[in-house]
Amino acid sequence: MRGVRRFAGHHLLTLVALLGFAYILAPIAVIALFSFNDPAGKYNYTWQGFTTQYWQNPFDIPALRDALITSIQIALLASVVATVLGTLISLALVRHAFRGRGTTNLLIFLPMSTPEIVLGASLLALFLNLGVATGFATILLAHVVFCIAFCVVTVKARLVGFDRRLEEAAMDLGANEVRTFMRVTLPLILPGVGAAALLSFALSVDDFVITNFTHGTVVTFPLFIWGAARVGVPVQVNVIGTLIFLVAVGIMAIGVLVSVVRARRDRALAARAAERPV
Amino acid sequence: MGYLRRHPRAVPYLLIAPGLAWLAVLFVVPLYYLVTTSLQSGDIYEGFSLTWRWSNYGDMLSQYRPQLVRSAQYAAIATIAALLIAYPLVYFIARRGGQWKSLLLVLLVAPFFVTYLIRTLAWQTILADEGDVVGVLRDVGILADDGRLLATSFAVVAGITYNYFPFMALPLYVALEQLDGRLLEASSDLYANPVKSFLRVTLPISLPGVFAGTLTTFIPAMGDFVNAQLLGTPKQYMIGNVIQSKFLVIVDYPLASAGAVILMVLILVGVALYARALGTERLTG
Repeated sequence: MRGVRRFAGHHLLTLVALLGFAYILAPIAVIALFSFNDPAGKYNYTWQGFTTQYWQNPFDIPALRDALITSIQIALLASVVATVLGTLISLALVRHAFRGRGTTNLLIFLPMSTPEIVLGASLLALFLNLGVATGFATILLAHVVFCIAFCVVTVKARLVGFDRRLEEAAMDLGANEVRTFMRVTLPLILPGVGAAALLSFALSVDDFVITNFTHGTVVTFPLFIWGAARVGVPVQVNVIGTLIFLVAVGIMAIGVLVSVVRARRDRALAARAAERPV
Repeated sequence: MGYLRRHPRAVPYLLIAPGLAWLAVLFVVPLYYLVTTSLQSGDIYEGFSLTWRWSNYGDMLSQYRPQLVRSAQYAAIATIAALLIAYPLVYFIARRGGQWKSLLLVLLVAPFFVTYLIRTLAWQTILADEGDVVGVLRDVGILADDGRLLATSFAVVAGITYNYFPFMALPLYVALEQLDGRLLEASSDLYANPVKSFLRVTLPISLPGVFAGTLTTFIPAMGDFVNAQLLGTPKQYMIGNVIQSKFLVIVDYPLASAGAVILMVLILVGVALYARALGTERLTG
């Protein structure tokens, strides 16, 4: 009886997990499926027939293409700025004890725990009161705000396990601070910095709510979809959605594989070192 | 370089200065302007001026109480639903994932890189009246023959639950990943049945993850308006819909700002009470 219960319990968890994955992936499956749909009217809601026509030229709607280019430009700039600012802050937080640490932590934490609509509304209140015209620049300024916090958290995680003796060794060998940072510190924290930049890019490209408050007449990819949602979203949006999913899976899977291969190589090296007689 | 050698204590301040300046100018100052705007009066033609009009808050609270209450209800239900769906899934990945753990995690996170609005529109398709889900539910009698899923509270809550899922799943994963399997063995050796082991070992250890996950899900859920707009009707509108339409469509900045301040204060108070109820020292310490 106990065995049966344990067997059922074991497989029940597997079943529930499978259902969970089905739930998470269902919308993606729908997005991918409807990227091959051949809708009769403007609305791409019901299955009408199979076509690959929208995959052949997903970027042939000029407004959609322009919106995508704008989004990518903003995301590239925002991720570079946020990653630099966030990395510097995390270096200070992990490496130094200083007065004002608490305030710094609070300032990092608060934007993360403020609803986007409040961030967007307050930025618009700022721009309105100061008479700043909203547009490309204000979107960029706003995106950096919510990216910084995520960069700090990501880089900090990498810095915490950092062996500082490596830097001391470089300094003992005559490298100055700048050289030590460029040749030792930066290469070692680079995976964290890279992850922060990728995360910022993804957050920025995806942002709708804050952009909606700060865009003026500039249209980003999410704003294009929002506008199109009322009159019928073109099938190309599904194609791009599917591509985003594939790229995200690809980049993350490569990251996982690289770390697996590295861990294996390190283990092999360690084993060989242990075998060698002293 | 020479200056830094002579003044090592300046180093951290120089490191944080650019980032904190950015956040001060574009996060703290905007909140100040949000509060002052909420006390202005006027209109878009005559212009707005600061008249300390506190009644904006009273107006907001009395006119939009249903939307406020609804926001809290929807966010709470969605948070609980996300917790119930995420917990077994994440437990499976963390405890049974083995060498596939990282790849399963990729599969869990990747859908949420797809643009938020595209994901929400996919739910529109799934829950549509002509869709298969509604068809099956009508056939088996769970839904009436003219019953709908789209344009109901269910659709809005389902959309919110889905869209903020990673905010629940990732903190839970971090907590469950740290669980030492030997503790469960010990508990089973001491004759605890699986249910008791779960309640006495797994659950307490994962509580910090539950705490973090419920907060990071509830906060954005409470301010959401996209799901109510795309999956619901004005009957499902939340406080976020009111704020965004007052700001961007009706152009009543003071009232909209008052709404945003109320939302922020409610969330801060809620978080403080929640943290006290669960005891943050125990959880974060």
